[in-house]
Amino acid sequence: MIYLQLFWAFFISNILGYGGGPPSIPLIQNEVVDHYHWMTMKEFGEVLAVANALPSPIATKLAGYVGYQVAGVPGAAVALLATIAPTAVAMILLLNFLNVFRNAPQVKAMTQSVRPIVTVLLGTMTYEFFLGAVEGIGWMQTGILAIASFLLLEKWKLNPALVIALSMGYGFFFIG
Amino acid sequence: MIYWQLFLAFFRIGIFGYGGGPTMVPLFYAECVQKYKWVSEEDFTDNLALANALPGPIATKLAAFIGYRVKGWSGALVANCAVVLPIVLVMIALLQVIYQWKDAPGVYGMVQAIQPVIAVMTGVLTWEFLQKGWQGAGNKSGVALMLVLSLVALLFLDLHPGIVVGIALAGSFAYSTWVLRKRKTPGGKEGAA
Repeated sequence: MIYLQLFWAFFISNILGYGGGPPSIPLIQNEVVDHYHWMTMKEFGEVLAVANALPSPIATKLAGYVGYQVAGVPGAAVALLATIAPTAVAMILLLNFLNVFRNAPQVKAMTQSVRPIVTVLLGTMTYEFFLGAVEGIGWMQTGILAIASFLLLEKWKLNPALVIALSMGYGFFFIG
Repeated sequence: MIYWQLFLAFFRIGIFGYGGGPTMVPLFYAECVQKYKWVSEEDFTDNLALANALPGPIATKLAAFIGYRVKGWSGALVANCAVVLPIVLVMIALLQVIYQWKDAPGVYGMVQAIQPVIAVMTGVLTWEFLQKGWQGAGNKSGVALMLVLSLVALLFLDLHPGIVVGIALAGSFAYSTWVLRKRKTPGGKEGAA
């Protein structure tokens, strides 16, 4: 039963996450936090942060970790299978049917149509993460960390892994 | 031997592929086209278009395609495992360690300090999607309308995001197909869009 839920959650999030990783993040969050309650929003934020600090696709990191957390190694296997297999098999079956897809206007239209929805979903997540941070450590610390990490990430283009490590260092000395 | 090469190549792609999907494509190209010559440049470009047209992560689809070209279904399996599993293991181990020490002095603050950073990262991603959606659109008022409709559907009607995305995908597919048909028929308006 739990395996079926895991499979469904990650299958649906990835099959509808049109345009790669980021669009599937809020869909995964919706299943994992809002629907199945496998994690709180705060925990999901922590997992997302660690995932952002590591290389390779985001969807598979989330699937592997959440699956493991919910149902151990078989859980991770099921969640990963649901994330990878359907589109990988479709890819192999459709190899060489490329002429249909090359410059297909449908692809552009579909990618484009999902963007406003993803914007709203990601915006909502951002708001909830900020709210959680303020509840946890107050306006002051949240403000300092938010402004500092924004500058480090966007202005000085520091590696996200380094920014997360620095924020944890700050937390160790000034919050803990 | 060939499996080992497949594993190594995709392992490297996985651990050096920072920033996920799109940033990994050049790594696939360097390993599979330039270094090992498993697929030709043309084959790669053509099937990259196919991978972009299908939903889901791009890296796993490319791994399936190239692995399959090299050694059939088992090649696809090896390539996908190599690109995905090592980092998943690191991720699980790292979070286990963090949570194990959660109540230790200092660690509480470390975990708390992540929250504002992830909020900023998600915020930046939100902004990027807004920009891409705006700049990529032929019809700006259409984007604005879509934004308002998604806000209403997701926040006020509280519809399942999967349903909203599904409707948008089906609708835009149908609409663009219809526009294409109309343009192709001799009687239709030429270059109306």
